[in-house]
Amino acid sequence: METSIQEAVPVTEQLEPIIELKRLTKRYDTQVAVNGLNLTISRGEVFGLLGPNGAGKTTTILMMLGLTEPTSGSARICGLDPVRQALQIKRRVGYMPDDVGFYEDRTAIDNLMLTARLNRIPSAEGIARAQELLELVGLKDAVNKKVGAFSRGMRQRLGIADVLIKRPEVVILDEPTLGIDPEGVRELLKLISDLSRKEKITVLLSSHHLHQVQQICDRVGLFVRGELIASGDIESLAEQLDDEGTVTVELEAEGWSEDLIHRLTNLSGVISYHGPQSHELVHNSITASATLICSRDLSSEAALEIIQSGARLNAISRKQYGLDDIYHRYFEGGERGERSSSKS
Amino acid sequence: MNEAAASPNWLKRIFTGNQPSLRKQARLEKTSVRTTSPFWVMVQKEFGDHMRSWRFIILIAIIALACIGSIYTAVTALRDGVKSQQADNNFLFLQMFTVSDGTLPTFVTFVSFLGPLVGIALGFDAVNTERNKGTLSRLLSQPIYRDDFILAKFTASLLLVAVVLYSLGFLVMGLGLFTIGYPPTPEEVMRVILFLFVATVYVGFWLNLAILFSIRFRQAATSALSGIALWLFFTIFYSMLVGIIEKATAPDASSALSILLRHANRMLLLNRLSPAYLFSEATSTLLTPGVRSLGPLTTAQVIGAISSPLSLMQSILLSWPQLVGLIAATMICFGISYVLFMRQEVRSKG
Repeated sequence: METSIQEAVPVTEQLEPIIELKRLTKRYDTQVAVNGLNLTISRGEVFGLLGPNGAGKTTTILMMLGLTEPTSGSARICGLDPVRQALQIKRRVGYMPDDVGFYEDRTAIDNLMLTARLNRIPSAEGIARAQELLELVGLKDAVNKKVGAFSRGMRQRLGIADVLIKRPEVVILDEPTLGIDPEGVRELLKLISDLSRKEKITVLLSSHHLHQVQQICDRVGLFVRGELIASGDIESLAEQLDDEGTVTVELEAEGWSEDLIHRLTNLSGVISYHGPQSHELVHNSITASATLICSRDLSSEAALEIIQSGARLNAISRKQYGLDDIYHRYFEGGERGERSSSKS
Repeated sequence: MNEAAASPNWLKRIFTGNQPSLRKQARLEKTSVRTTSPFWVMVQKEFGDHMRSWRFIILIAIIALACIGSIYTAVTALRDGVKSQQADNNFLFLQMFTVSDGTLPTFVTFVSFLGPLVGIALGFDAVNTERNKGTLSRLLSQPIYRDDFILAKFTASLLLVAVVLYSLGFLVMGLGLFTIGYPPTPEEVMRVILFLFVATVYVGFWLNLAILFSIRFRQAATSALSGIALWLFFTIFYSMLVGIIEKATAPDASSALSILLRHANRMLLLNRLSPAYLFSEATSTLLTPGVRSLGPLTTAQVIGAISSPLSLMQSILLSWPQLVGLIAATMICFGISYVLFMRQEVRSKG
């Protein structure tokens, strides 16, 4: 049973913000890629930037790294301005682009060493760290293998190692799970969440896969057509989505009786009851399930009624709004619009 | 909180007005840790990549063959010339680079013809391949300056070109020494070294042009084709075009001298817009000390002149504008590449 909406009050406000975006805007000729984005991410957080293709996720990330200049608005990463101090930011922030590329005719360790040397890590230290990281991401056997022979999942894991070799404070991953099989995704996400917990690294990852983001993110931002339309953890997003204010309780019980139906329908706060009707109850020991649409969370009250009516309660749950529902609600139509005007 | 201790530092750095410039800051950090600067790391990487690539091996093989062929023809031509007492014995050593018995072109011709091809081959996919493979965005998210990236590409390839040209040049000199047994004077050695320098600059121009195309065009094939098209245009068609214009606009042969001279100078100017022409002028001055002027001379100007070879300094002086022109063309290409590249957005997939 997950009924604790109240706990979702942002704990983050007390923490030091490491990424601060204020009214960040990027326009391309006529099209607005990012529109007045306000976002604060605090140190050690795992934040998921969620949105359909072409929502402006990558543009936002590029602006954070100073690889693209914002049209207006400001960004602060580790207290630095990406427009003017891009180099210092790049020293502190690890970025893995979507579809990360490596020099294919070089070995895994060569590729990592290049990154290490570009970050002015002395070579002895760099080699040690590269080997350590390759072991960490599970590429120990492929250290001296050319990257050209790597599978998609291996590349992605090498990308993680590549990002981590400079010991970043912030890691930005653009679509890290794109094109990997489910098992690979699971491993990769576990790796990411382990890292952020252990090394206290702030992680910003963008994705359009809800379930994956759901698994590891502390908070999620929904990004559609250049605007952040909702942010928070999954529960508070569900709450934001739930503008009708109804709670759905699903229950299954053995021994339905007319009394029980009566009790449930008359429970104060129940808007509608979908379940076995009294004429359907042939004998008393029928097992059936029902759905209650309530104005507030009535799961415990409903459970009490079932017990009191003498029936056996098999299962009860308050239906969570999954990210799927959220996704559909927010992204419907949005994606269609984006596709017709594909980005430059 | 432990961040409280750290924050005044960066706050101070951000808000004080007299903060050192970014470059200066980077230099300060450079001195604190003794490591290779990212620029040279990139140069090393590029250099290594070229050395390993098949493309480079093939190019080297073609050019080495061409040069050895040319030296063979030059040596036979010289031997025949000396036997028949026809050859000009002055600067015999330099003639190895400029003389041929007619079966194969000379060393200079080979360099002026194949050099641009080397430049284009080394540069045409410098930036677009990195972009298409997704390495560009990964590289640029490292703490490096964006202009350092293209500069490193250029530097590495130019270094390679210099190494190749100088080793070929010295190889030819050594072989010549063996076969004709005629030692060069210090002046001749200097002239060869200078010629190789001009050749490097010339190839550098084509290299830069190729890098410019590789920034402009997303497809490596498009960029290679445009480079080759321009190369063909300048080496073959441009002189033909100028020839047509010359004929069409030529004043009557009986016109006044000033009109004839003006026309000749105009045509020369038109010719000199081609880097290939500039290169041929500069090399012929350097390798043939007998060349006294690159423009038209009137009889009045020639009167009283003693027909003797120019000294090294005079030859350099004569070819100086050509050299400057080549360097300027290279710089212009680099400037355009710089502007294009700084404005381009770095996305892994276009």
